[in-house]
Amino acid sequence: MQYLLLIYQNEAEAAQLSPPGRTKMMDEYRAFTHSIIQGGQFKAGDALQPSTTATTIRVREGKTLPTDGPFAETREQLAGYYLVDAKSLDEAIAIAARIPGAHTGSIEIRPVRVFS
Amino acid sequence: MLVDSIEIVFRREAGRVLGTLIRLIGDFELAQESLQEAFTAALEQWPQSGTPDNPRAWLIHVGRCKSIDRLRRTMLQRRTLLDLESEAQNELVRQASIADCDDEIGDDLLRLIFTCCHPALSLESQVALTLRAVCGLPTQAVARAFLISPETMAQRLVRTQRKIRLARIPYETPALAMLDERLDGVLAVIYLVFTEGYASSSGPLLMRAELADEAVRLARLLDSLLPARTAVQGLLALMLLHRARNPARATPEGDIILLEHQDRQLWDQSLIAEGLTLVDRALRVPGRPSGYAVQAAIAALHAQAKDYRDTDWPQIAALYAVLMRIQPTPVIELNHAVAVSMVDGPARGLQLIEALIARGELADYHLLPAVQAELLRRLGQHEQAHDRYHAALALAQLEPERRLIRNRLEQLTSSFP
Repeated sequence: MQYLLLIYQNEAEAAQLSPPGRTKMMDEYRAFTHSIIQGGQFKAGDALQPSTTATTIRVREGKTLPTDGPFAETREQLAGYYLVDAKSLDEAIAIAARIPGAHTGSIEIRPVRVFS
Repeated sequence: MLVDSIEIVFRREAGRVLGTLIRLIGDFELAQESLQEAFTAALEQWPQSGTPDNPRAWLIHVGRCKSIDRLRRTMLQRRTLLDLESEAQNELVRQASIADCDDEIGDDLLRLIFTCCHPALSLESQVALTLRAVCGLPTQAVARAFLISPETMAQRLVRTQRKIRLARIPYETPALAMLDERLDGVLAVIYLVFTEGYASSSGPLLMRAELADEAVRLARLLDSLLPARTAVQGLLALMLLHRARNPARATPEGDIILLEHQDRQLWDQSLIAEGLTLVDRALRVPGRPSGYAVQAAIAALHAQAKDYRDTDWPQIAALYAVLMRIQPTPVIELNHAVAVSMVDGPARGLQLIEALIARGELADYHLLPAVQAELLRRLGQHEQAHDRYHAALALAQLEPERRLIRNRLEQLTSSFP
C-alpha cells in the first residue's frame, strides 16, 4: 500500500537557517532518502520551492483564473513530499518519523486511494 | 433463555468474538456487522434451542457464515470470498479445537484492543470504539455516555472504522519496542472510561456506574493478557480501591460525602483486598513504577487507615512527591499540597498552592479555591475562606459539587455570623 508523506515546515524559520545548518539538513535528507531506497519503500520524493512561488488556479465558467500563492495563511507550509510503500499505517508512521523535517515541522500521512 | 441473559453472554464474549472474526475475515467493518447479525440470530434461536455449550464458538461460527453471506450478496471481493469458503470447509475441524485455542483468541482480543486504541485515532474515537467493539456496548449506550445522539455516534463509529480500513491501521499487537508506549495509550483510554464513570463532569448517574464497571473489566482483561506489567496492575488496583469506596461516597439524596466523613464500614472489603494484593505486585515489578501504581499505593494507604486523621499522611505526601516526578501535572501538585497540609499544617499547604497560582495553573479548576477555602477554614481565617468558597462555586459545574460548596459556606456563616 502506498502513502504520501507531506512535509510541512515553517518557511520563515527555515529561511533563517545558517549555511552549516542548511548543509547538515541536506545531508540528513540525503541519508534518509538513501535508507528508504535501500529498504525498498521509496517510490518518489521531492523538495518544493517556497510557497511564495506558488500559483493557485481555479477554472470557473470555462475561464482559468490563476492567483498568487496558496489559498490559506497557515503557520506551516508544504515543503516537500515522499511517496512510499508500507505494509500498514504503523510502518508509514515509522518511516515518517525518520524524515529530518519531522523534528522541526510536521508530516501528514495520507493513504493513496486505489480505484478498483 | 431470557433475552437479558443472552445479552449478558453477548457482552462478555463480544470483544473476543469480534477479535477472532477480524483475524478470520480481515476486515473490521465486515466483522462488526457479521457479529451483529450473529447476535440477532442468537436472540432468535437460543430461546428455543437453549444456549449452546460453547457460546463463543457458536458466535464465531455464525458470524463467519454471516460474513460469507454478506460477501456473496454483494458479489464483491470474489477472491476473498473463495478464500473464506475454502477455509470454512475446515470449520468443523476448527470448531472442535476452538475451545482449546484460548491463547489465540486471547491474542485476537489484545490485537483488537490495540487497534481500537491506535494513536492515529482521536481519543474520543478510541474511547467510543473500545466501548462498542471490545465491551460490546450497543451504539445507543455509547452515545449516551458521550451525551450525543445515537445517529451522530453511529456516524462517528463508521468514520472511525473507515479510517482503520483505508489508512490500514494494523490489526496486531505492537512490536516489543513500541508495546509500552502503545500500552500507555490503551491505559489512558481505560482510565478515561473509568473517571467518566467515577466522577463524571456531567450527565446522568446510572449510566456512569456501568462505565466504571466496563473500565474495570477492560483492565482485568488486559492484566490476564499481558501479565506482570506494573502499569496494568497499578491501574486495575487504583480503580478497584476507588470503586470500593462507592457505597460511602454519597447520601441517598445524591449529596457528596468527602473522604474525611465517609463511613468506612461501608467500603467494599473484597475489592480492597484484591486491590491491595495488586498494588503489592505492581510495586514489586522491577524497574520504575508506573504513575498508576503510585496512585494505587496512595489509595491503598487510605483504604487501610482507620479514619481520616489516623491516615499515614507523611507516607502519602512522600508518594505524591514521587508521583510529581513521574507525572508532573498541576492536579498532582494540588493533591500533594493537601497531603503536606495534613503533615506540616494548613499554612504550608497554602504556600504550595500559592506557587501553583503564581504559575497561572488550574485557573478554571473549582477544586483549587475549594482546597484553599478548607485550609483557610482550618486556620480560622473565615472571611478569606468565605471568599474562596465563592470562587469555587463560580467554577463548579456539577450540581452535587455545588451543593457541597453551598453547605460548607452555610456552616461557615452560621458559626461566624
